[in-house]
Amino acid sequence: MTIEIRNIEKRFGKFAAVNDVSLKVERGELVALLGPSGSGKTTLLRVIAGLEFPDAGQVLFDGEDAGDRDVARRRVGFVFQHYALFRHMTVFENVAFGLRVMSRAKRPPENVIAEKVTSLLRLVQLEPMAARYPSQLSGGQRQRIALARALAIEPRVLLLDEPFGALDAKVRKELRRWLRGLHDEMGFTSLFVTHDQEEALELADRVVVMNQGKIEQIGTPQEVYDTPATPFVYEFLGNVNRVACTIVNGRVNLWGSDFAVEVAESGQREGFAYLRPHDIELGGEGARAHAQVRHVSSTGPIARVELAFDGLATPIEAELSRQRLEQLALRPGQQVPVLARSARIFAAGAGV
Amino acid sequence: MMTPKGMQIRRLDIDAEEPHTLGPGRARTSRPALTVVPSQVVSEMSPESDKPTGHAKPRRSTWRTPSALPGFGPTMGFTLLYLGILVLLPLAALIIKASGGTWAQFWATATAPRALAAYQLSFGAALIAAVVNLVFGVLVAWVLVRYEFPFKRLVDGLVDLPFALPTAVAGIALATLYSPKGWIGQFLDQFGIKAAYTETGVTLALIFIGLPFVVRTVQPVLQDIDPELEEAAASLGAKPWQTFVRVIGPAIMPAALTGFALAFARAVGEYGSVIFIAGNIPMKSEIAPLLIIIKLEQYDYRGAAVIGVVMLAASFLLLLGINLIQRWARTRQGEI
Repeated sequence: MTIEIRNIEKRFGKFAAVNDVSLKVERGELVALLGPSGSGKTTLLRVIAGLEFPDAGQVLFDGEDAGDRDVARRRVGFVFQHYALFRHMTVFENVAFGLRVMSRAKRPPENVIAEKVTSLLRLVQLEPMAARYPSQLSGGQRQRIALARALAIEPRVLLLDEPFGALDAKVRKELRRWLRGLHDEMGFTSLFVTHDQEEALELADRVVVMNQGKIEQIGTPQEVYDTPATPFVYEFLGNVNRVACTIVNGRVNLWGSDFAVEVAESGQREGFAYLRPHDIELGGEGARAHAQVRHVSSTGPIARVELAFDGLATPIEAELSRQRLEQLALRPGQQVPVLARSARIFAAGAGV
Repeated sequence: MMTPKGMQIRRLDIDAEEPHTLGPGRARTSRPALTVVPSQVVSEMSPESDKPTGHAKPRRSTWRTPSALPGFGPTMGFTLLYLGILVLLPLAALIIKASGGTWAQFWATATAPRALAAYQLSFGAALIAAVVNLVFGVLVAWVLVRYEFPFKRLVDGLVDLPFALPTAVAGIALATLYSPKGWIGQFLDQFGIKAAYTETGVTLALIFIGLPFVVRTVQPVLQDIDPELEEAAASLGAKPWQTFVRVIGPAIMPAALTGFALAFARAVGEYGSVIFIAGNIPMKSEIAPLLIIIKLEQYDYRGAAVIGVVMLAASFLLLLGINLIQRWARTRQGEI
């Protein structure tokens, strides 16, 4: 099952929640829609599910336009952030719901329903809970039931709206890994929404970064993290330092190192250099710039050093291993040689 | 029962309370010398003798849960006094009055044919009215919650009018409307339906005064239903009516039942609006509250009290039944 969306637009009053977005999800892929709140990622997911109808554009399932089909006829498995379980039904009845509301011609007989629900409960490892009510389950268990319920109708695609958003950190991590395993095992096409970059990078085959109703970048986790296409993606994914600089004939000199701008223009203009904290080398040979150590924090395997440069208002953050920190024996107030190993330059005004 | 983890904490507490078990110069850091705790201290802390050794537990009243909010005494006292004077005292007086004669006399008065006819009308009409109000009350609540339309606030306000209107005014208005010459009555008359001065008229009046109950109990619950529930049902292939019957219905059922019970209780006791439209023909359109008034006018206080006690008992049983159903519904949702 492939999902293709073409030039989708969705407005709420004057606000364009999704603005001319196109995207193709291949069969068997697990894709994350990542963005801050208000970026339109949930609206886009709801448009694909048929819970929201777009003002313009098309949604195609396997190349076939689904525009005139409402959610009940799209056969998508939708998992809600707050589970949306039916409180007055047992876990068993919740999972069986999709089968029981089928038209009489399609509805399987009672023993088949029971068999199927039981096997789904086994799949989500909650078989002993069949007779319980949702209020008697923990958050993680409820989300697994919601998933089992969505899978009962044998959906063609699985859409998950912030599936782990309401869970605590440890459960979230476990469930994430479990979902990835399930996805690989069942081989369905899945699309999930998250605002948690770590979740998107760890779980997805491809990440779609959204901002203000538009797609900023589509790529594998590696691609979007290593080569962000826009300053927004840089700032949104992981820690980054932003340093104002001057671009001269498409080149920038940052702390004695020379960097090229991708789209070179002749002349001089203002720009910003983006550097990841781990791309800053401290105390290395051949460093031509110096900075003052302001603060050192060393919990965990990675140590963080806050650096102050002359003429820079905001401090720069660098990361290095604990061993390296111990070698250098950095103390606040000390001067340290600094080298930029790699950086991306964006001209000012390009969404910066 | 204490968990092993809890016990561990206890032992460390003992250490802290008895510093002499630690060497004078020893820093109390990593392992606070579990080994120096005398063995009998450890055994003392075993689950069997899990009583705090130091200070006694503060004494607490057993029939209230500890709360940060003050004022249990005065509020509880006032509540009991208030309910006692307002509810229990008159009911007790009623029962005492009714038990004035012998049991045979009581039974004879309570089951007199005229009384039986009156109960039948009162409870029957109240039940029909409450069922009608249940259905249309849910419908009105649905419209008020789900749709936006002009003058919505006004319509919302109209629902409360039967509460505010003096019941006699409502009764006279209804009687005028439904009498064979009235605005509605003349049309009904053409079909041979007599509304005013019959049981139908009684039921109509009871429907009128009971309308707000179901609407006002269901409305807030409907408002709180998460739209995601309906979306979830739809995404699983449910048609709108299936979503209503299987998802929304059960969710609003407890509230609707409460409204039903209130409307029913109100209708059983209703007097003012009914007597104008009922026609009050003994054995036919005479309601039980009117029978009580008639007995009072004949200075038959005991007889009036007997009818009152029978109605009280019947209403109590019905409300009890509805409460049990609600309790069962809530248990199923795991709220208790």
